[in-house]
Amino acid sequence: MRLDFGNPGDLLRALLPELVLSGWIMVLLLVVGWRHRTVRDLRIAGWLALAALASTALAVFWLWWNTARAEGLATMIAVDDFRFLTAWLFLGAAALTVLLSFDYLEREELLVPEYYVLLLLATLGMMFVSGGEDLMVIFLGLELMSVALYVLAGINRKSARAAEAALKYFLIGAFASGFLLYGIAFVFGATGTTNLALIAVQIGSLDLARHPLLLIGTALVLVGFAFKVAAVPFHMWAPDVYDGAPTPVTGFMATGVKAAAFAGLFRVIGEGLYHAGVWREVVYGLALVTMIGGNLIALAQRSLKRMLAYSSVAHAGYLLVAVAAGSSAGAAAFLFYLVAYTLMTLAAFALVAAKGRHGESDVLIDDLAGLSRQRPWLAFLLALCMLSLLGFPPTAGFVGKWYILLAATEAGYGLLAAAVVLTSVVSAGYYLPVVMALYMKPEPSPDAHAGIRVGGPARAALVVAAVGLLLFGVRPNRLLELSQQAGAVVRPAPAVVPAGAGSPPAGR
Amino acid sequence: MYARWVLTALLAWPLAAAVAVALAPPRWAKHLALAAALVEFALSVPMWWTFVPADGLQFRIAAQWIPAWGIWYAVGVDGISLFMVLLTTLLMPLSVLGSYAAIQQRERGYYALLLVLTTGMIGVFVALDLFFFYVMWEVMLIPMYFIIGVWGGDNRLYAALKFFIYTMVGSLLMLVAIIGLWYVVGRSTGTYSFDYHHLLGNVDGLGSLAYWFFGAFFLAFAIKVPVFPFHTWLPDAHVEAPTAGSVILAGILLKMGTYGFLRFALPLFPGPALHPTVQAVIVVLALIGIVYGGLVAMVQPDFKKLIAYSSVAHLGFVMLGIWALTLQSVQGALLVMINHGISTAALFFLVGMLYERRHSRRIDAYGGIAKVVPILAATLTIVSLSSIGLPGTNGFVGEFLVLLGAFRTYPIAAGIATTGVIIAAMYLLGALQRIIFNPLAQPENERLPDLSARELAILVPLLACIIWLGVYPQPFLARMEPAARQFIELVRPR
Repeated sequence: MRLDFGNPGDLLRALLPELVLSGWIMVLLLVVGWRHRTVRDLRIAGWLALAALASTALAVFWLWWNTARAEGLATMIAVDDFRFLTAWLFLGAAALTVLLSFDYLEREELLVPEYYVLLLLATLGMMFVSGGEDLMVIFLGLELMSVALYVLAGINRKSARAAEAALKYFLIGAFASGFLLYGIAFVFGATGTTNLALIAVQIGSLDLARHPLLLIGTALVLVGFAFKVAAVPFHMWAPDVYDGAPTPVTGFMATGVKAAAFAGLFRVIGEGLYHAGVWREVVYGLALVTMIGGNLIALAQRSLKRMLAYSSVAHAGYLLVAVAAGSSAGAAAFLFYLVAYTLMTLAAFALVAAKGRHGESDVLIDDLAGLSRQRPWLAFLLALCMLSLLGFPPTAGFVGKWYILLAATEAGYGLLAAAVVLTSVVSAGYYLPVVMALYMKPEPSPDAHAGIRVGGPARAALVVAAVGLLLFGVRPNRLLELSQQAGAVVRPAPAVVPAGAGSPPAGR
Repeated sequence: MYARWVLTALLAWPLAAAVAVALAPPRWAKHLALAAALVEFALSVPMWWTFVPADGLQFRIAAQWIPAWGIWYAVGVDGISLFMVLLTTLLMPLSVLGSYAAIQQRERGYYALLLVLTTGMIGVFVALDLFFFYVMWEVMLIPMYFIIGVWGGDNRLYAALKFFIYTMVGSLLMLVAIIGLWYVVGRSTGTYSFDYHHLLGNVDGLGSLAYWFFGAFFLAFAIKVPVFPFHTWLPDAHVEAPTAGSVILAGILLKMGTYGFLRFALPLFPGPALHPTVQAVIVVLALIGIVYGGLVAMVQPDFKKLIAYSSVAHLGFVMLGIWALTLQSVQGALLVMINHGISTAALFFLVGMLYERRHSRRIDAYGGIAKVVPILAATLTIVSLSSIGLPGTNGFVGEFLVLLGAFRTYPIAAGIATTGVIIAAMYLLGALQRIIFNPLAQPENERLPDLSARELAILVPLLACIIWLGVYPQPFLARMEPAARQFIELVRPR
C-alpha cells in the first residue's frame, strides 16, 4: 500500500494506530470522569484500556499486513516495519502492565482510574517517538510520554517516596528535554531541517560530518537520550525513581519507556545523524561505562527493586552495544533484545509487585527465601527471569545476547563483545542470589509468603511472558526475521540528491 | 533405522521424562526417574554393536535450526564420543539408584534435574554444531548448580556459586571465540555457518586471531577439566555436592573439558595448540596437576576431598596423553577418561555409602571396619586399587598407555608423570589402611551394616567394568583407534 502524504486521506491512514489510540483515550477519559469511585470502576477502566491497546495493535497489524509505505519523502511520520514492530512492543508492554496493575491498584487502594488513561497517553507518546520521522515529532512524543509518566510515578499520593520519585523524575526529565531540544536546535542550525532523511541528505551533500554546529548538536542529542535511557553516567535518577514509583509503573518505565527512548535514539542516529562525526565513539564509550557501572553497582543492592533498577541500567549498556554496531545486524539485534528484555524485566517486576505487602514498597532479596516451597510456580518463573536476564539458554535473553555479540563482532568491536560477556559474569553475582534465596535458603517462618496474591489477569500476563521467553529462546526464527526486516529499514538516505527528488529513505 | 533416531531419542527422552517426573506424585519420583534412566541406557546400548569404528562420525542427523545464522541441529558420534555417551547413560541409572536413600526432600525437583542434566551432557558429547554445543554446555550447568545448591552439604551456597561463576567465565569467553570464528570463517568463505565441519575445513586463514580463539577455548575447557591453576572450584563442589552430584561431576562433567580439547580446541586451532611454548606450558600444567593433585590428596583428612584431588591428578594424565599426540597416548587418554569415570564414580558412591552409615567423611572417624563390613571393605579395596592403576584393573591400562605414548614425545615429562602413579598408591593405600584396616578403635563403627542389595546393584556393574577393562580392553581400543588416529592427523602439522 502506497501512502501519499500530500493526500489527507493517506496521511490519516498512515496515522491510523495513533488516531485509534487517541480516540480511545478520550473515550476512557470521559468514562473515568463519570465513574471513578469503586473498585468496579477501576476494573472497567482497566478492561477498556486493554481493548484500546488491542484495537490499536490491530490497526498497526492492518498497516503491516498491507505493507504500507510512504510515497516519496516521509514527512513527520515514518511508515515502515521498524515503527510497526516497536509499536507492537510498546502496546504489548502496556497491555502486560495493565494486566499486572489490577491486583496492585486494589491492594494499595489506589482508586484512580486515571492511571489507565495516563498509561495509554504514555504509550501514544512512545509510538510517536519510534515512528517519528522528524526531530520535532520525536521530541513531542518524548514529552507526551514523559509528562504522563511524571504523574504515574507519583500517583500514590499517600507515599512520600513516590512523591520524591515523581519530583526527581520531573526535574531530571525536564533537564534531559532541555539538552535534547538544544541539540535539535544545533542540528537544525547546521542542516536547516529537522526531517531525519533530509538531515542525512544534507550532511552527505554539504559535507557537514565535521561541522562544529552539527557535532555539538549531535553530542547534545546523545546526552538527552542518554538521560532518557539511563546510561551511565546519566543514570543517577533511575534507581531512586524506579524504587519510589508504584511497582507496575516501574516495570513499565524499565521496559516500554526505555525501549521507546532507545527506539528514538536508534532512529535518530540510524537515519539522521549516521554520518555525523562523533556519535559512534560517544555511544561506544557510553556502552562500555554503562555495562561496567550498571553491573558493578547492582552487585551492592539488597533491595530487589533497586537491584532490578540497576540491572536495567546494565541492560541499557548491552543495547547500546547494538546501537554502536550500527549495522543492519545491529538494528535487528537491538530489536530482538528489546523484545526479550521487555518480557523478562516486566515479568520480574510483576513478581516483585506480587510479593510486596500493602504499603510496603521494599522487597529485599532475602525476603524471597524459601519461596519455592510455598509458591513453586512463582519461584520457577522468577528464576526463569533471572536466568534469562543473565543470558542463559534456553531463554530469549540468551538468544538476544548472542545476537548482540554477533553484531558487535561483525562491526569489529571485539572489546565491546568481551565486555558484554565479562560484565555478564559480574551480573551472575546479583542474579544468582535471587535464585539462591528462592531455592536454597529456608523460609524464615511458615507464613512468610502468605500474603502473595496473583489474580487472573496477572497470571495471564506472567504466562505470556514465560511462554515468550522460552519460545524465543528455543525457536527465535520468526522474531528474528521480523527484527531483521524492521532493522533493515533504519538506514541513512543516500547522500547526493538533486533538490526535490529526494530518494525516499523509508519508502522501499 | 536405529542410527537415524537414536541420538535424538537420547536427547529428547530424558527431557520428556523430566517433565513427567516433575509433575508426578512425589513418592513416585525416584522410581519413575530410575525407569527413565534405565530406558535411556537400554536405548544407548545397541550403539556399542552398531557402531562401525572405521566410519568416523556416524548416527548423524543434521536439520536446520536457525537458518538466519547458519545454525544446525547437527549431532553425531565417533570413537571418542561413543564412550562418553555410553558412560553417561551407564552412570545415570546408578546415580538415581544411589540417591534413593540420601535424597529425602524435594525429590521431584531433584530427579527432574538429574534427567535434564542427562540431556545436557549427552548434547555436549554429540553436538556437531558449535551453537548447539554451546547451548548444551550451558544447559548442563544449571541443573548441576541446583543439585549442589539445594541438596548439598552445609557450605553448599558458596560451593554452588563458585562452581557456577568459574564455569561461566570460561564458557562466555568461549562464546565470544565461537562467534568470532563464525564471523571470520564466514567472511572468508561467504558461508556463515556454525557447522563443525564447515568451520573445521576453513580455519587456515585465521592468523594471529587463532591464538585468541584458542586461548578462550582453552580457558573454558581447562576450567572444566580442571587443569592446575583453575582447579580450586573442584574440591568445594565435590565436598558439598550430594553423592550423585559428585559422581556425575567427576564421572562425566570433567570429561567434557578433555572432550572439548579433543573435539574442538585442538582440531580447530592446531597452530596455537602445537606452538612449542603453548605445548610446554600445557604439559607442565598437566604434570603439576598430576604431582600437586596427588600430594594435596595425601594430606586430606576428608575422604571425599581426597578423591576430589585425585581427580585433578588423573585428569592431568589425560591432558598429558592428549598433548603427547601419539596413537598410544591419545588412546590411553581416552581410556583414562573412561576409567576415571568408572573408578571415581565407584569411589564417590562408596564414600556416600560410608557417610550414610556413619555421617562422617573424615578418614579418622573410621578404622578397622573390614571386620564389620567385609563386602564394603572388599569393594573399596578393589576400586581403590583400580584407581591406583594396579595391573589387572582398568586403571593400569589407561595410564600405562599414556605413559608409553608420552615417553616417545616427552620422555622427561613421562618420567615425572610416573611418580604420579606412586603418589596415587601412597594416598589411596594410606587412606585405605586407616579406614578399613588398623584396629577397630571407635565403638560407633562396631554396628555398621554391610552393603544392601540396592547398594550392590550400584557397585556390581562398576566392578564388572573395572575388571573387563582391566583384562580385556581390546573392544574399547578397537573402537577408539580410528578416531584417535584421525584426531592426530587433524592436529599434526599439515
